Amino acid sequence: MKPENLLELQDVRTHFPLTKGTLFPRLTGHVKAVDGVTLDLKRGEVLGLVGESGCGKSTLGRTIIKLIRATSGQISLSHEAQGGVQMIFQDPYSSLNPRMTVFDTLAEPMLVNGFATRATVAVKVAELMHTVGLAPRFMRKYPHEFSGGQRQRIAIARALALKPRILIADEPVSALDVSIQAQILNLLASLRKRLGLSIIFISHDLSVIRHLSDRVAVMYLGKIVELGSTAEIFAKPQHPYTRALLSAIPLPDPDLERNRERVILAGDAPSPINPPSGCAFHPRCAYATFQCSQRQPVLARQGTSETRVACINL
Amino acid sequence: MLTVEDLKTYFHTRAGIVRAVDGISFEVKAGETLGLVGESGSGKSVSGYSLLGLIPTPPGKIESGTALFGGVDLLKCTASELQSIRGKRIGMIFQDPMTCLNPFVTIGQQLMEPLFIHEKISVSNARIAALEALREVGILDGDRRMAQYPHEFSGGMRQRIMIAIALILKPELLIADEPTTALDVTMQAQILDLIRRLQRERGMAVIFVTHDLGIVAGLADEVMVMYAGKIVERARTRELFYAARHPYTRGLLASIPSNHSGGDLYNIPGLPPDLGKPLAGCAFGPRCSNKKDVCGMGQPTIKAVAPLHYSSCVRIQEGSL
Ligand SMILES: Nc1ncnc2c1ncn2[C@@H]1O[C@H](COP(=O)(O)OP(=O)(O)OP(=O)(O)O)[C@@H](O)[C@H]1O
Ligand SMILES: Nc1ncnc2c1ncn2[C@@H]1O[C@H](COP(=O)(O)OP(=O)(O)OP(=O)(O)O)[C@@H](O)[C@H]1O
Ligand SMILES: [Mg+2]
Ligand SMILES: [Mg+2]
Repeated sequence: MKPENLLELQDVRTHFPLTKGTLFPRLTGHVKAVDGVTLDLKRGEVLGLVGESGCGKSTLGRTIIKLIRATSGQISLSHEAQGGVQMIFQDPYSSLNPRMTVFDTLAEPMLVNGFATRATVAVKVAELMHTVGLAPRFMRKYPHEFSGGQRQRIAIARALALKPRILIADEPVSALDVSIQAQILNLLASLRKRLGLSIIFISHDLSVIRHLSDRVAVMYLGKIVELGSTAEIFAKPQHPYTRALLSAIPLPDPDLERNRERVILAGDAPSPINPPSGCAFHPRCAYATFQCSQRQPVLARQGTSETRVACINL
Repeated sequence: MLTVEDLKTYFHTRAGIVRAVDGISFEVKAGETLGLVGESGSGKSVSGYSLLGLIPTPPGKIESGTALFGGVDLLKCTASELQSIRGKRIGMIFQDPMTCLNPFVTIGQQLMEPLFIHEKISVSNARIAALEALREVGILDGDRRMAQYPHEFSGGMRQRIMIAIALILKPELLIADEPTTALDVTMQAQILDLIRRLQRERGMAVIFVTHDLGIVAGLADEVMVMYAGKIVERARTRELFYAARHPYTRGLLASIPSNHSGGDLYNIPGLPPDLGKPLAGCAFGPRCSNKKDVCGMGQPTIKAVAPLHYSSCVRIQEGSL
């Protein structure tokens, strides 16, 4: 393991069996949610993870925290990161216990792990709530009494309560208004600077990814298709999927938004049950050649650029 | 299409009354999209639930108001009248897919259920309609996918399934609460195009709740901004973005990450007010850098400050800001 890395993934695959029939289930195929991902995460780095809905981002996160077992491949954590991985789940409602108040949700892990004592826990919980923009007066409320964005902030506070070394944040700000979103992003940036926290930040909001990440990984159907520095990927996206993605970012300006050019992706999103042959993107790619349907591209550097791209036509 | 007057929805909790929605009025025209944005916890979802009779009672209660939809007051309908409107004439996409999808029922059955309830339709035709609805929201392999349960789908797929359910009966009004938060931008563009097409073809009206001001910029005809249970600003979309007339809206626009380069992002300082306590003056006052004595005197009401442009800021109304 490289000394600057906290986490290394080597050819990780997570496949879900597909069965038919409830009484005597019969295997009819696999969903190849994560299909050969090699990736590392450096100390104090924010790695943005973007990609199409259903391409395997959450599954990759759940595999890293060992909530799901990888079908194959290797996941290694550096010594200092052992036991220090936390995840903010995409769906805050189902990840919060409906019968626990905010206080219990936040206090319990801190007490169990020795980050607070009975005497200090109330103050610590209040502090934590404040950092995510929740008034401490909400402490005795239950999850169903909160709005979507308030729940999302409880989930963020819970993940931060244990002072993780690595945080996997799955759409952590998608339910927040832009002002609170800015507050949370500033908080994460300062935790990274102060404590060297490393973050895998999964988001569909590319302006957020651009603001926060050092590097960006673009996933398509279980695989990484482009990986490089944020500056380079946003300035010069190379993979045709990345280009289509960046061209579709909605702009918060009515005149620009209504008069701009988009790369329209032809065809339907592919299914991870029956992935296309060769490059999984080829049926929707404007530049696809016959070769693209035959050969699986590998992630490799193109020319002088540091960014690695999986496309045989570059 | 829909005219709402003075809607108030309060929650009577152990800790006191929470004034989640506190006297809002607005209308939506056929074929138009009303964008609803605002602070997290300001009452956007509760407003939508109130219109569909989905407020848990108790602790929730609709304290006042009318909501006229095609000559019927939604707030005074009987449960069975509402049942026949909900799903059929008004479609709803919920913020949290897992609270509305049944974890124990295959998504195929959940898609076909509204067809069986509201239309006389054969099983095979319902299947065809469900497959088509899935394809429209970008989910392939429909035959196999229909036999799967919600937990077997990704976050964005669940969201798209819910969109498919909401649209399967071709409603006249769609209330969409953060319907695309879990979708990548290309998929999102596809869903927004689908919504636009239905509006063009059938004059469907849409109330679109979102935090994504880029979506609002591209989709909405009119925008309404909520803060602490009240509408603080309402205007045509261009007006709102280029000539916002409420300090909260201005703060919100200044917090957008793409309006920044490097460094910390701007965010509005302070916390929103306690909706359980009566407020002296403007609810945004304590966080507003333009606050003056007039702001603490009495509850502000929303008034026209320019043609088709309404604001509740007292200082803007009196012309001193
Ligand atoms: N069942 C409930 N009991 C008590 N309070 C509630 C309940 N449901 C909602 N509230 C409160 O009502 C207020 C409005 O909630 P609502 O869900 O409408 O917010 P929202 O504007 O949709 O926010 P978000 O953008 O975060 O989804 C919140 O302060 C919330 O805490
Ligand atoms: N428990 C499960 N059983 C079966 N299939 C699953 C399970 N969890 C996920 N999948 C499948 O794995 C694929 C990837 O799902 P995942 O949730 O990782 O996507 P995602 O990239 O996070 O998408 P989104 O952006 O929509 O959240 C999907 O096709 C999904 O149906
Ligand atoms: Mg996901
Ligand atoms: Mg909401």
